[in-house]
Amino acid sequence: MDIVVRFFAIYRERAACSSHELVLPEGATVADMTMEIRKIFPRLAPPEVNIVVAVNADYAEPDVLLHQGDDVCLIPPVSGG
Amino acid sequence: MIEVTHEPLNPEVVTSRVLKDTNGAVVTFLGTTRDNFEGKRVITLEYEAFEEMAVKKLEEIRQQLMTEFQIEDIAISHRIGRVDIGQVSLVVAVASPHRKEAFFACHEAVDRLKAIVPIWKKEVYEDGSRWVACEDHEFHTPEAATPVTAEDS
Repeated sequence: MDIVVRFFAIYRERAACSSHELVLPEGATVADMTMEIRKIFPRLAPPEVNIVVAVNADYAEPDVLLHQGDDVCLIPPVSGG
Repeated sequence: MIEVTHEPLNPEVVTSRVLKDTNGAVVTFLGTTRDNFEGKRVITLEYEAFEEMAVKKLEEIRQQLMTEFQIEDIAISHRIGRVDIGQVSLVVAVASPHRKEAFFACHEAVDRLKAIVPIWKKEVYEDGSRWVACEDHEFHTPEAATPVTAEDS
């Protein structure tokens, strides 16, 4: 399946783009997606930093299954206010 | 009412959205942009949001607080884009029959916003910039121990 992963703030700057399209096997999870993204963008976050993910505008745990057409976004530590 | 906007915020307008004759208290919090960070002069701030999710999460916070504290109404407006020093970046207005709940819910709204709403703040200095919170945790990551050479021991 094709999954478009969107980047915001510091991740967008480090990736030097605002999104990247991944081809993932059926049954891929959020954790599989972040592993692939880290391979492509190794400088996105240090290995010990957990990358938080939102799927369809809600926070998603690493074991959540992804589906074709999902809106997948990487969420850096937030700092609104 | 929830709002994430590029436009300057007017606290009176946001406050007026929650005014009702059945309430005895309205607490309005303003978040303003500070000109310093650890001794460095901040020239301006830039806010970025995942707008769809930010609005959704702000509405969740609003609904939770209205239920938890029997609050009549809450309005939250967050400004994004470039916000210069001394301007208002956030307005939270809470209306309640009594003041205690309004104060508490307003405090809680800001805390929850800062914890979960996907909005990011970048401080711009004369000689660089920093995404607030993003680089802090990496900054505190322990450096790899310096190898001890034969000469040191």
